[in-house]
Amino acid sequence: MLHARLDLMPETAPTLRSHVTIGKHSLQPLAAGALYWQEQHALLVADLHLEKGAALAARGMLLPPYDTRATLSRLGKIIEALDPQRVVALGDSFHRSECADRLVDDDFDLLRSLQKGRDWFWICGNHDPHLPESVGGTVCSSLTIEGVVLRHEPSDDARTPEIVGHLHPVARISRRGTVVRRRCFATDKSRLVMPAFGAYTGGLNVMDEAFKPLFYWNQVEAWMMGRHAVYPVLGSLLLPD
Amino acid sequence: MRINGRTRRRLEEEIARPPSASLPKQFAAWFSSRSWRPRTHQLELLERVQRGADALLIAPTGGGKTLAGFLPSLIDLAGCSETRRGAGVHTLYVSPLKALATDIARNLATPIAEMGLSIRTETRTGDTPQSRRARQRVLPPDILLTTPEQIALMLSHKSAVQIFVSLKCVILDELHALSASKRGDLLALDLARLRTLSPDLRAIGLSATVARPYELSAYLAPQHKGTAPATHFAEIVTAEGGARADITILKSEADLPWAGHAARYALPEIYEAIKAHKLSLMFVNTRSQAELLFNELWQYNEENLPIALHHGSLDVSQRRKVEAAMVDGKLRAVVCTSTLDLGIDWGDVDLVVNVGAPKGASRLAQRIGRANHRLEEPSKALLVPANRFEVMECQAALEAAEEGQQDTPPTRPGALDVLAQHILGSACAEPFDSDLLFTEVTSAAPYRDLSRESFDQVLAFVATGGYALANYDRYAKLKRTKEGAYRVAHPRIAQQYRLNVGTIVELPMLRVRLARLKGGALKPTGALAGGRILGEVEEYFIEQLAPGDTFVFAGEVLRFQGLREMDAIVTRAHATDAKVPAYAGGKFPLSTYLAERVRLMLAERRHWAKLPEQVAYWLKLQSAFSVVPSAREMLIETFPRGQRYYMVCYPFEGRLAHQTLGMLLTRRLERAGAAPLGFVANEYALAVWGLNDLSAMIRNGRLSLGDLFDEDMLGDDLDAWLAESNLMKRSFRVCAIISGLIERRHPGQEKSGRQMTASSDLIYDVLRQHEPGHVLLKAAFADAATGLIDLRRLGEFLGRIAGRIRHSEVSRVSPLAVPVMLEIGRESVPGDAGETLLRETAEELVAEALGEDALGDVKQSPGGEHAARQT
Repeated sequence: MLHARLDLMPETAPTLRSHVTIGKHSLQPLAAGALYWQEQHALLVADLHLEKGAALAARGMLLPPYDTRATLSRLGKIIEALDPQRVVALGDSFHRSECADRLVDDDFDLLRSLQKGRDWFWICGNHDPHLPESVGGTVCSSLTIEGVVLRHEPSDDARTPEIVGHLHPVARISRRGTVVRRRCFATDKSRLVMPAFGAYTGGLNVMDEAFKPLFYWNQVEAWMMGRHAVYPVLGSLLLPD
Repeated sequence: MRINGRTRRRLEEEIARPPSASLPKQFAAWFSSRSWRPRTHQLELLERVQRGADALLIAPTGGGKTLAGFLPSLIDLAGCSETRRGAGVHTLYVSPLKALATDIARNLATPIAEMGLSIRTETRTGDTPQSRRARQRVLPPDILLTTPEQIALMLSHKSAVQIFVSLKCVILDELHALSASKRGDLLALDLARLRTLSPDLRAIGLSATVARPYELSAYLAPQHKGTAPATHFAEIVTAEGGARADITILKSEADLPWAGHAARYALPEIYEAIKAHKLSLMFVNTRSQAELLFNELWQYNEENLPIALHHGSLDVSQRRKVEAAMVDGKLRAVVCTSTLDLGIDWGDVDLVVNVGAPKGASRLAQRIGRANHRLEEPSKALLVPANRFEVMECQAALEAAEEGQQDTPPTRPGALDVLAQHILGSACAEPFDSDLLFTEVTSAAPYRDLSRESFDQVLAFVATGGYALANYDRYAKLKRTKEGAYRVAHPRIAQQYRLNVGTIVELPMLRVRLARLKGGALKPTGALAGGRILGEVEEYFIEQLAPGDTFVFAGEVLRFQGLREMDAIVTRAHATDAKVPAYAGGKFPLSTYLAERVRLMLAERRHWAKLPEQVAYWLKLQSAFSVVPSAREMLIETFPRGQRYYMVCYPFEGRLAHQTLGMLLTRRLERAGAAPLGFVANEYALAVWGLNDLSAMIRNGRLSLGDLFDEDMLGDDLDAWLAESNLMKRSFRVCAIISGLIERRHPGQEKSGRQMTASSDLIYDVLRQHEPGHVLLKAAFADAATGLIDLRRLGEFLGRIAGRIRHSEVSRVSPLAVPVMLEIGRESVPGDAGETLLRETAEELVAEALGEDALGDVKQSPGGEHAARQT
């Protein structure tokens, strides 16, 4: 437990800032791809896309059926280390609503054990608009904590601080002829787009058109996921694909 | 594959036996009408096939090889031609190249017409219209000329039974080029299937000279598990060797380049050679070299000689035009890649020019064979080394050719991803019994040692994914019938299979397009696309570039400006030093055999006399400044340069093995505290650089070279590296496509390529973590071990040099090290380099943040430009 904690907590390099600001609040992006809101004892994740493998299998691509396991175990490690009171999944938690009923027993038990003893919120996304009761927790379309709105897709409202998913942001930088492309938390301090957490989820470059209307671009930072740390990178250093 | 002495004697007796076959009158008359005499090997082959044997004919180019292959069938068909109509294909001819099948069909028409035979021949390739394919199913021709992929396609239809039920003969042309490859694996499986459909068919293989004919002959014979002798061989007929080739190495007055592959220095001499001959074929190793040489030649082409270009990325219609012009004698020279390696008769070629490294003795012999298709006259070849090491390689290849040495690659076990494709194809044709299919599969030589366990794993993979966590049963691709046979679960699966058939998975390529500069600034975006295409480059290379990076391509330093659709837009950079060197190495590694000869040549001063003055002088400089290693030693040089410390070693094991070695060495150097930053490899050497003084570390015993190069690097270090290696991911992607796990890209879907690459990487990560023993990972590893990471060779190398490392500490770069230091295509240390880069970039943010006031609090409206980007 302690070991896991040490492994997970120094999430940003010591010389760097470790927290992003959203509105008046300070939140900690984790290298594993989740966002920790310590004052609220809340852990935020987005776009788990559980059972994406099974959904593709139904279309004839028999991909390794371990994506749900991989995603939940990674989430489990974070939960074990931080023991949050609340977990909020910001939508597209299941690749398809129907899949939510079809978790294999082991995966289902794993999910149950993660939910045990804490408040669990499933925010609905475009992939999982109708979650069955069997998934446990509270199903909702959005959630507001301390004036920060958590929802799946970004809204048109630029004034209210919000944390969203949906877009699967990745950032790309280059230096000395080497290019690094990683999932990232994209933020302009008023809005934050979470990286996709799921094992089979692809990514969309932050420089893509889809991100253009979301941010005050001179404020943008991409918090890029390294192996053991998250690195805040200035928007001006980001490259398109 | 071993053969015992008795088998060998039996085989040799058979070779020695005089031919007893004679030609029927009709054929004898035709031969005399052309004032030809049937050649001994043609009659020998005829005799064996008429006796019902499978046979391999080994003959040099111009030996009437193709006619020999077809003679038995033509004679057989001449006797029964009228009654056969619609009875199914009698003879199936398979060629690795579409163009070759078309060419042979044309050549075959002459004897058939002149003898008035009633034999229908047709071709079937990817270009054959759907209507003709449908007709071929209903009314099959007597002789069908096609490619391995088309056979797999035909066999996936129910109609295969009618088409092939009376098949008498399969002719496999250019077998040496097919056998030790995934295409060869697929063809072997298809041959086994054809034998099931028509048990008394005979297989004839036609091949150029190879290093181990027996291995190749086994490919043609059905193998039976558990019976003696262990391996079955086809009979071998060897044609008398033609006249010895007349090979020279180009001598030039100009300075010999230290590195590079362009051979620009030799253009005047090459041009003179073209002028002195009727038609010259100029072989180079890569497409970009072909483009470059072609452009350079035209700049030199004062007399406007008709010089053409032929390589695999060119449009098909363009290639056809060039081929037709060659046959019609309208061209004086053609710059080409391996697309023209194989046995097509392209008119009166009287000179072959090999520009760059020959790579292997057999490969060179093949290319030289393109000149002069008449057996009795010597082929004429000119070797043009592009740099100093290549001079030695050319000399080694020339000596090997004089001695008639061959170095074709050894056979290897059949690939499991290909087997997966074949199993699915079998089910598409009709339900199969797994025991019978296993027997059939193991009768194919590449799969003769396949265990039932592996077969069942592959079968399970095809059916349900074969995962330990079996929750895809309801999505199974194969289901069992009441009788227990496997059938496809849905017709859609057969359709998908037919779209994905084949084993050739092209790396995604991007065009490199030169944009024009106006007044020093780029034109607005729209106008950029109008520029000239310089060539194609692998997508993964471009992914490593950021806009503004410079790289070498097509002999120029270019600046990468960005991607537009499938084009990488570049401008000319007036820099001499490219920031990111281009990947322009050959696709074929230097053969072990030639490498050994080069090492010997280097080691023994008496050989230097045979080398051009400049090269000999270069080696003398090396010997004075540092060390010239003996043949059994490996030299390591360490020296400082700039703010970095370099280590250059000379394994001579080819670029692939060197790259793997570079990956593993940097891991070990990292642990030893040498802080390595990157490495670069060429065919002969490997250079690693880092932040710490390697010379000092070796001097004071902090770094032991023996330990560094210990064979144990192929244990944990390899495992750890493979876990995140892009090369392994690339191998996995290929296996995933061939095996049908993910679908291949089709024209028009190019844009999805980047996503697909990403997702096959994600699949790899998940599979490796949760089921490391999965059969597809085994397949990917087997590929990587012989292919991209060349483990087999690396293992042999480490064994060879153990205790024989010679260290030379020098004050600066040595003459021998210059080529690799100039080499292009460097790799950075994996893993941690990415982290370092992230950290540095993030720290830049900190620095900028200190000056934050300057930016002020000016907010821009959402939807505005990416203002920050324009800085």
